[in-house]
Amino acid sequence: MMEHRFEQEEGRLIIRMPREVDHHSSDVLRRETDGLFLRYPIRSIVFDFQDTVFMDSSGIGVILGRCRNLRFAGGQASAVHLNGQIQKIFQVSGLHKVIEVVL
Amino acid sequence: MKNEMKMEFTSQPENEGFARVTVGAFVSVLDPTVDELADIKTAVSEAVTNAIIHGYDQKEGKVWITCVIEDQNVEICVIDSGKGIEDVEKAREPLYTTKPDLERSGMGFTFMEAFMDEVWVASAVNQGTRVTMKKRIGRT
Repeated sequence: MMEHRFEQEEGRLIIRMPREVDHHSSDVLRRETDGLFLRYPIRSIVFDFQDTVFMDSSGIGVILGRCRNLRFAGGQASAVHLNGQIQKIFQVSGLHKVIEVVL
Repeated sequence: MKNEMKMEFTSQPENEGFARVTVGAFVSVLDPTVDELADIKTAVSEAVTNAIIHGYDQKEGKVWITCVIEDQNVEICVIDSGKGIEDVEKAREPLYTTKPDLERSGMGFTFMEAFMDEVWVASAVNQGTRVTMKKRIGRT
């Protein structure tokens, strides 16, 4: 099941994150996002957490990995609509220092 | 009175969600806050993911969880009979991972420690790993 969706316009990719971002859903997300990177000249990514109720450290790996891809292209990443649990994950991991967080 | 449960499941990534939701449902009798419940689910998810990815190298095996509730204390054990951890101290260091190729962040144990009150790890090479985590609910 593909719970998350993508919007791509002029190099700006919006990723609607899955309801639960764990090891299982991260693997799917990674494969699909990397497919889009091959097809489009992505310059910025917005990770949209509006549907997300849970994330563990697997989510950090997938976000950092995509940011790394983006940095080669000189792009920018941001995260939006984080609930309390996900904000905590960002803070404990230091992810909020690597990627812009818009609440 | 002590309340206890045990579960056993196959080391498939699909079961990570099942495991954390089940433990969350079991501890909900203690009336945890939304944050406390999220902390427990995250810690369980980390331990189970470790068992699947590292303990069993994504091959088939069994994962066991035991959960004991006594007064306002929760004790959760996540157990695998996989390859074990050679250097537990190293494994617990933030950002340390043996699987950077899988984009593992190396934050699993850090999260367990951040979200639970106490975390113990017992591991023997080629025998398995047991992670024991404690948390007191309703501290305030």
